[in-house]
Amino acid sequence: MAEAHELKFKDTAARAAAAAACSAPPPAEAEPGDLAGDRMVLNVGPSHPATHGVLRLVIELDGERITRVRPEIGYLHRGDEKIAENCTYTQFIPYTDRLDYLAPMANNVAYALAVEKLLGLERQLPPRCQYIRVICAELARLSSHLLGIGCYAMDCGAMTVFLHTFTEREKIYNLCESLTGARFTTTYTRIGGLARDLPPGWVEQCRQFLDEVVVNIEETETFLTRNRIFMDRTQGVGVIPREVAIDYGLTGPNLRASGVAHDLRKAHPYLVYDQLQFEVPVGTRGDCYDRYRVRMEEMRQSVRIVRQCLDQLPDGPVNAPAAKVLLPPKARVLTKMEELIHQFMNVTQGVNAPPGEVYFAHENPKGELGFYLDSRGGGTPYRLKIRSPSFVNLSILSWLLPGHLLGDIVAVLGSFDFVMGECDR
Amino acid sequence: MTARELALQLGAQFPGLVSAPAEFRGEITLRVAEAERMPEVCAAAKAELGFDYLVDMTSVDNYGQDPRFTVVYHLYSYRHHCWLRLKTAVSEEQSELPTVTGVWRTADWHEREIYDMMGLRFRGHPDLRRILMWEGYPYFPLRKDFPLAGRPSDVPEVAFTGAAPLEGGPFVTTAGGADAAAREPRARTPESEPPRD
Repeated sequence: MAEAHELKFKDTAARAAAAAACSAPPPAEAEPGDLAGDRMVLNVGPSHPATHGVLRLVIELDGERITRVRPEIGYLHRGDEKIAENCTYTQFIPYTDRLDYLAPMANNVAYALAVEKLLGLERQLPPRCQYIRVICAELARLSSHLLGIGCYAMDCGAMTVFLHTFTEREKIYNLCESLTGARFTTTYTRIGGLARDLPPGWVEQCRQFLDEVVVNIEETETFLTRNRIFMDRTQGVGVIPREVAIDYGLTGPNLRASGVAHDLRKAHPYLVYDQLQFEVPVGTRGDCYDRYRVRMEEMRQSVRIVRQCLDQLPDGPVNAPAAKVLLPPKARVLTKMEELIHQFMNVTQGVNAPPGEVYFAHENPKGELGFYLDSRGGGTPYRLKIRSPSFVNLSILSWLLPGHLLGDIVAVLGSFDFVMGECDR
Repeated sequence: MTARELALQLGAQFPGLVSAPAEFRGEITLRVAEAERMPEVCAAAKAELGFDYLVDMTSVDNYGQDPRFTVVYHLYSYRHHCWLRLKTAVSEEQSELPTVTGVWRTADWHEREIYDMMGLRFRGHPDLRRILMWEGYPYFPLRKDFPLAGRPSDVPEVAFTGAAPLEGGPFVTTAGGADAAAREPRARTPESEPPRD
């Protein structure tokens, strides 16, 4: 039986207010300045077309003006770093496909290079392997930017561009399929080499694709670059000054759009990038429009790089002469004793990495993808940290978005071209 | 200037606190003796040596050793175009160090991730909440004593976890097992594992 309480308040409205004050915790979102209580909290995501995955933004609005933004991430967290500690270096390669799943080949290359740096193998990579890896990384960049720009245009209301760029992207996936056997989950690199050499006729197919994609890029440019609606949606929106971009650790096209000419392919060339001719496009204002323009130009430069690689592509092996790292050919495993031992050791124990720690950074389509490897010797990393560009790029949102209109959210988010797969890892 | 010269300069500025540079695969690592003075060292590295970009921040769990945790900072200088790694040790009893968000704002999310995954608290951080796991999750999953299969947890009306995958897994090798059979990928559960010493 309920206890009888003496009523402190004579009128019901006062009593209800007092009860609400006791039971409900103070609203966590309330800003000290919001005395009139006319700000509204709006949830965008985690499942929303403009968030390109599972990003959630808790937005506080004053009318249509954004006053506060709290990004919530982690909806796609799979514990990749924990998994890495529990499998050999080679076993982790398939997991890298699933980081930035719009550019799996670039992740494969980045991870292989990081482990090779730890093993001290970079100098032993045969030239053909290095050229093919560059081709893979640049095709991944093309594919990622085609998707990024297509989706961005669609976010801003231009449906045609999306269908247009996806046609070309499909051709890249066909190339990936004939090269690796898979369209998305490529798992193409191995520590010290590649899963297989280029199939017959692949170079010609790739050349034909490049001829087609440059036409497509020009057409996309005519759709958007001088499009009045697109310019109004993106120019002067989401402006990131140079100093703030560096302070928040932005990388990739988002950094270069703010006027920092930093590209790891130029600043710290790996593979054969120092032998290739290409430019690094840089923006001036750091707004959404500049980020779009930088990506457009990067695609042209990627085409240029792939063409040079195809022209210069040397013959020879694709795997480093490192028997204790790579699996030997199957025919020899079945007939030779030494190869059988190497096969057995590689499969059961993995590569024997020296103790030490390395950080390797790769210029991925989204920015600087870094792998920090802490090895205590043996075949598994003691700690593997993935420095993912999307994670760092998104951290600027709570600084950038306040002051913008609600409708600018899609324009700003799209211009960042992030992927939650690598953000949440 | 090269990373080594910059590292020596930083070491000269903080004698006794910053170690001599160690090099492996062309990368320079400095150890900072006191985690408490990390913001001071970082501020000097940024202001005087031009390390204006904090590339990454992470932590390592040296389970079974004392001090248990290592916090690793990767710095990059746009002026000198070189990397520098700073490391500092944090004991399990302490589990706390001052934040460097005042030096680089990008440290905000990195520190939240370290707190979320390893349970190190950053004093002075503006908003130290979990970032990848959900609010109310009781464990720190990247610690070495947290099993790969996970631990069941239950936050009413928010989220829950069970040991995953539910049947037959996870198929993993174990690091540093005694022999090849112990490292082989196979289903491992806490019950089937021999007790670790």
